[in-house]
Amino acid sequence: MNFKHKYVFLFPGLFVLIGILIFPIIFTIRLSLSGWNSYTPEMNFIGITNYIRLFTDDPRFWESFFRLSFLSVSTVILQYIIGFALALMVWREIKFKRFFRVIFLIPMMTTPVIMTVIWRTFFHESLGPVNDLLGHFGIGPILWLSDPVIAKFTVIIVEVWQWTPFMFLLLLAGLLSLPKEPFLAAAIDGASSFRKFVYVTFPLMAPISIGAIIIRLIEASKIMDTVFVLTSGGPGTATETSSFYIYIKGLREFQMGYAATLSFTYLVIMIISLTIIAKVLTKLMIKE
Amino acid sequence: MKIIKTCLTAIISSVMIFSPMAYADKWSDQFPHIKATGDIPGECSYESMSKKNYKGKTLKINTHAVPVMGEPTALHAEQFAKLTGAKVDVTHTPAGDLYAKAMVPFQAGQAPYDIVFGFSNFINDWRRYLEPVPKKYVEMKQMQDVTPSHIGIASWDGVMYQFPVDGDRHYLKYRKDVIDNPKYQKKYKADTGKELRVPRTWKEYGEMAAYFNDWDWDGDGEKEYGSAEVMKKDDLMYAAFYSRSAAYSKNPKTPGGFFFDLETMKPLINNPGFVEALTDWVEATKYVPPGGINFGLGDEIGSFGGGQTLFSFSWDDAFVAAMQPDSPINNKVGAAQLPGAMKVWNRESNSWDEGFNQAPFFVWGWAVGVAKKSKEKEMAFDYLCFFANEANHQADIGIGRFGVNPFRDADFQADVWTQIGWDKDIAQSYVDTLAEMEKSKNRVFPLRVPGTFEFNAALATAAAKALAGQLSPQAALDEAAKQWEDILNRVGKDNVRKAYAVGVAMEDNKL
Repeated sequence: MNFKHKYVFLFPGLFVLIGILIFPIIFTIRLSLSGWNSYTPEMNFIGITNYIRLFTDDPRFWESFFRLSFLSVSTVILQYIIGFALALMVWREIKFKRFFRVIFLIPMMTTPVIMTVIWRTFFHESLGPVNDLLGHFGIGPILWLSDPVIAKFTVIIVEVWQWTPFMFLLLLAGLLSLPKEPFLAAAIDGASSFRKFVYVTFPLMAPISIGAIIIRLIEASKIMDTVFVLTSGGPGTATETSSFYIYIKGLREFQMGYAATLSFTYLVIMIISLTIIAKVLTKLMIKE
Repeated sequence: MKIIKTCLTAIISSVMIFSPMAYADKWSDQFPHIKATGDIPGECSYESMSKKNYKGKTLKINTHAVPVMGEPTALHAEQFAKLTGAKVDVTHTPAGDLYAKAMVPFQAGQAPYDIVFGFSNFINDWRRYLEPVPKKYVEMKQMQDVTPSHIGIASWDGVMYQFPVDGDRHYLKYRKDVIDNPKYQKKYKADTGKELRVPRTWKEYGEMAAYFNDWDWDGDGEKEYGSAEVMKKDDLMYAAFYSRSAAYSKNPKTPGGFFFDLETMKPLINNPGFVEALTDWVEATKYVPPGGINFGLGDEIGSFGGGQTLFSFSWDDAFVAAMQPDSPINNKVGAAQLPGAMKVWNRESNSWDEGFNQAPFFVWGWAVGVAKKSKEKEMAFDYLCFFANEANHQADIGIGRFGVNPFRDADFQADVWTQIGWDKDIAQSYVDTLAEMEKSKNRVFPLRVPGTFEFNAALATAAAKALAGQLSPQAALDEAAKQWEDILNRVGKDNVRKAYAVGVAMEDNKL
């Protein structure tokens, strides 16, 4: 039997992989070595000029990256805590369990852009209902979108509201799949609810938690639509994230070559940092 | 004999007077949009278009989102389809993506759209992909009425690439019921020792706006504020900043560039004139409505047009919106030239020239062109000509949300506006304001050079940082000037100089 035939069966999958993954990455790398923009509409070769510019003369990208790190880490931590709490709540035998499960999932089922437009209307400082409501209690007006510090927290609120259900869903699935025996053993030993959570539930949930956190970190690090609709990166550059900055450079200013440089650099940084985060989380949360 | 003569004269006169109306009614019955004027005879009138036959052909248009420019595009597309039998596909795109949506296929040598809408300052980047407007349209009657400034804006080196459908400039809008109110004039004088009047300078503007900020001065039970301005980064705020800068930096004694020194191509945007304007603007964050620092154009139109502020300055839309019959401040607003300054920076003597200076800003506006690679160029130009025909134009300019603003000499007649319900003195002040801008010899035109987007974005980011308190005005503009130098080096100083010279010639009244 000629085993070389087996490679023929690999071609379709390989072809799709090259088409949708390898080619765009190679094209991005090639584009990043060009000066393609509105006035030089060609894939010329300028070497590593764009990379030199990025590492020596573009503090805005790095500022946006650190801002992104803060936003994504803080939103994912909050989503994890709230999502875990909600999952624990409906994991137990409570009334209207099914109703609550559906209710908690609604934010995730809505369209992010449309919901962000609604949130923006809520938070509109002079015309929105939130400040109007707070005004009845003598509070405000709070500059939800136009104060550089508060605007960051507004973005966090919207992101947490939108994506906590995703965390809730993953963690609930994890809780439902846990074996019953360790809990029975803990109950026989007379462990309190708190001790059961710390010594049984949490350790058993660690692998699922790490997976959920990493998935959400990957998603959160691409945060773009919320920032785009809610604040446009403002006030000033206070809520500008890496992906929004890359969008500005590529599709607003039409610096395609430079935007490709930013994208590729960003991809490399994310691969490295997420790998490190996954390893650290595994070390911290999973005990041999 | 005399009686017969008189009767004949009366009959002929009646026919002459009423025939256009009868003629107009034929079309306005089918197209209520033009009910106020009926069809107006011309090369691209409803009557003329009805004689064209584009059955079986499809016209593809990329325009802005509804309503601003998107709504009239779709409306006239529907009318055009009915008249000519053509199929017209209209795609709506957010403002920020208009440039890229056309530019990507342009650069790839494709023409997914026959007609592309954008901003007039795209002209330098787009012109190599656009079909020049054919001579027969350039020479037609409706084009002869377009003001020279707007012909200049739509053209490059004497060749028209953009079909004029809109005319834009920034000017001051104010609440006439407050500024002209004797009670408030007395109170303002008593409290500040100064006259309450239409502000002549940005400093006066700031003082009055601060005084009328955060209290209910129109008795509607809600607080009002000083000023609504476009301050949101990436939402045309750079145009608002140029408007505020013109009075301090456009010195008629120093021709040769407002944004750059044409000779050396040194960016001028961090000179003391611009810094003074940005300092004023940072001060303005104290008298805008809560959240005003994040106002885009739509917010500004809604805020001033909804009666929330005393002042505003930007495009016509907020004024026209305020003057619409359903507006709470209908016939309570006034128009005036942009405020000036009592000093202007002289870059040659490196000092301030004392004395009043004012400079109108002919900001970019909506522009539209036909793709060079389009296979339906004739139909595309006919559509644009129909869009801007006299009947459509007169109807469009009276609807604030359409974003179609005056650009024809005929628009500068008060009667055009009183016919749609404006008070005579308001209509007069409006047309006088626009006409004076046309006459001014110290005008600023938008930057139209290779990399325009990069220059404006760098400036907007820096100004936004200053408004948000992240940087001082001087530091912010120094940062922008440094970035402008970098962009110049990337694009090539000579490339930019060559293109910038066209705009400077317009500013220096040499074109």
